[in-house]
Amino acid sequence: MNWSWMLPPSFSTVSGDIDGIYMVILWITGIIFFITEALLFYFIFKYRHKEGRKAAYDHGSTKMEIAWTMVPLVIVLWISVVSKGVWDTVKVDVPPAGLEIIVTGKQFEWTVTYPGPDGALGTSDDFETLNELHAPEDEAVVITLRSEDVLHSFFLPEMRIKQDAVPGRDITVWFEAIQPGDYTIGCAELCGIGHTTMGGTLTVYTAADFQAWSSSQAQQQQP
Amino acid sequence: MSTIEQEMVHAAEGGHHDDHELPFIRKYIFATDHKMIAKQFLFVSLFFLVIGGLLAMMMRWQLGYPGEPMPGGMMLPDAMMAPTPDGAIMLPEFYNSLVTMHGTIMIFFAIMPLLVGLFGNLLIPLQIGAEDMAFPRLNMISFWLAVPAGILMLASFAVEGGAAGSGWTSYAPLSASGEWTGVYLGQQLWLASLTILGFSSLVGAVNYITTVINMRAPGMTWFRMPLPTWALFVTAILILLAIPVLAGALIMLLFDQTIGTGFFRPEVGGEPLLWQHLFWFFGHPEVYILILPAMGIASEVLSNRARKPIFGYHSMVMAIIGIGFLGWIVWGHHMFMSGMNPLLGTSFMISTMAIAVPSAIKTFNWLATIWKGDLHLDSPMLYALAFVSMFIIGGLSGIFMASSPVDIYIHDTYFIVAHIHYVLFGGSLFAIFAGITFWFPKMFGRMMNETLNKVHFGLTIVLYNMVFWPMHNLGVQGMMRRIYDFTQYEYLAPLQPMNQFISISVFLLVAAQSVYAFNFFWSIFRGEKASNNPWDSNTLEWTVPSPPPHGNFPEMPVVYRGPYEYSSPESETDFYPQTKPPSKPPVQELIPEPVTPTPEGF
Repeated sequence: MNWSWMLPPSFSTVSGDIDGIYMVILWITGIIFFITEALLFYFIFKYRHKEGRKAAYDHGSTKMEIAWTMVPLVIVLWISVVSKGVWDTVKVDVPPAGLEIIVTGKQFEWTVTYPGPDGALGTSDDFETLNELHAPEDEAVVITLRSEDVLHSFFLPEMRIKQDAVPGRDITVWFEAIQPGDYTIGCAELCGIGHTTMGGTLTVYTAADFQAWSSSQAQQQQP
Repeated sequence: MSTIEQEMVHAAEGGHHDDHELPFIRKYIFATDHKMIAKQFLFVSLFFLVIGGLLAMMMRWQLGYPGEPMPGGMMLPDAMMAPTPDGAIMLPEFYNSLVTMHGTIMIFFAIMPLLVGLFGNLLIPLQIGAEDMAFPRLNMISFWLAVPAGILMLASFAVEGGAAGSGWTSYAPLSASGEWTGVYLGQQLWLASLTILGFSSLVGAVNYITTVINMRAPGMTWFRMPLPTWALFVTAILILLAIPVLAGALIMLLFDQTIGTGFFRPEVGGEPLLWQHLFWFFGHPEVYILILPAMGIASEVLSNRARKPIFGYHSMVMAIIGIGFLGWIVWGHHMFMSGMNPLLGTSFMISTMAIAVPSAIKTFNWLATIWKGDLHLDSPMLYALAFVSMFIIGGLSGIFMASSPVDIYIHDTYFIVAHIHYVLFGGSLFAIFAGITFWFPKMFGRMMNETLNKVHFGLTIVLYNMVFWPMHNLGVQGMMRRIYDFTQYEYLAPLQPMNQFISISVFLLVAAQSVYAFNFFWSIFRGEKASNNPWDSNTLEWTVPSPPPHGNFPEMPVVYRGPYEYSSPESETDFYPQTKPPSKPPVQELIPEPVTPTPEGF
């Protein structure tokens, strides 16, 4: 059994920042957790009822109230500021695309549409894969995420990417993998009876290998 | 004379009738006495708590032993279980129903009616010195709307297609048409049931608000009100404002399901995200509806059992009000991944972080309340201390998901499941145990058995943490929630031992609750007789017999001071009831307010 609070390894350009904020929050909340719980147990032990003990008649202290209002406020606002930068990088500022693809969710599979040799989507040389996403390393893969039926959530755990697919909307989501290998695609939003089977594989290649794979696929799928 | 005053006079007159004048059906079934209605909510909610626990056990069987025949599964119909020679295996559609109904029943039919229906009804009139609620008959209607809602919800298991299976959040379009799930009537019953229950809550909320504003006893100023009543008052306002939004959304979704409208169905021009906005605009205040009364109960028990004034009474009240306000502008944190404009995510992140502050204030005030106290560690105190301890964990884990970039990874994982259970079980339910144990003598005239309660407490606190702590670890490993068979994912398959550990712990946790159930029913009939004020408490409900007669107060109580004057040097004992006239000549601020209380003190 893995009782660890460490996140599993991650392999995208943004995942290090996300994991970094996670670690910062883990440290801050961890320290507060140990201090407050220790105080609680200490007080329970120290002030437990004994013959002759009299409780202090004390209604509070404005100074202390101000202290434990301001300190948490500063901490959470600081976390917000740090978080905002990473959030903008992942969700707001989409970089220039190295590869543009369309990912379409429907019960219970993911269809990935690639531009063919002409490099443009929506032309006759586009080709598709089912439940497989193939991508080059060190290139920003910019995805137009769609759904044909209900909500799905496109989840690349190792890339620290998650985005709901909403029918009727085109949602842009991007990632840039930093290491070739096979990774997981999951569906993180309950989408019906077969939700549990709606997984797939993300395969990241070196740039050259991706070129080779892409041209062979384009050839095989020529109409 | 205004209508409200007429109603009040009427209620007051009704209150002076003797108990034996009421026929059985008026006393126990269609009761208008707030204490009886509180007990009705108590028994019905405990029944649903058991149902919700059984659903959780079945769900955990599938997660601990994916695809293995479930013991006793052969007793369930083929629509839920696939029979094999070795036994019956759970079907994924039934698993989805279990996920949905466990959440729905626990939130709407167990925790909410326990906190609001039970404690709201029991405590508000007694703690402010009123004979009953402002509108006793409306109060009865509130309970009798909740009953058919519960019956409809349970009936949905028996209809064709099974119970609703699109999660307790019922995200459209999955919930908007049976073609996506195979659940038609079940989903419609779910919607109808919650709409009716919404009316029940609404009627109750109007009643609570009117009662607190209009019926406080002389001298019961706003800042002499006990914290449970403060919390329930703010909760009632949240209910009043949130439930209509939910009801509107439910009815729109019901129309999408039944008569082909397209509010949430994109194929006819609808917008799925509208459902999420409406649902969470209700749903986040709902989270505070489920925790504010628990905070109030914990504050009362901690101060009483520590024999010490609550630390920072005013800041506790302000924190309740602050949470009540901020609760309206954080709903988008449930929707960071939904596809709404990511710029909006940042504003919701900041408001969500801000709501951590009043929660922190309350936590530190609880710690400071027991500091230098004289702690009587009997069972209500143990449950209340457990509430504080578990609420700290649930509050801190909330910071992870409030940070929108971290939420990208942990959203829709078991980390969220762990968080909500630390708040709703570790928080709300432990406070409910504290509250039931603490006010049991006032409700039933007898004490609960202390030894059995301590056994129950010990088992529950240990097993509870064995169940929900590791769920954080599952979430950190990336295990999604609401997933029928996580072993389908290669990277999640190694998590099976931990899932099995959790499942076994759940079975033991549910079994351990039988200790409390036994103690509860045994004590109603055989418990030690309770005096008027077994906890040496200051608040008004302890000045009257246990249980209080119909009409509560033989004569109008007069309030001289705040509710938490424990260990005051002015009193010979370590408590100083709110109604006890001051021994010293009264100084200016101790003179009671005019006989007709007004909201001016607010």
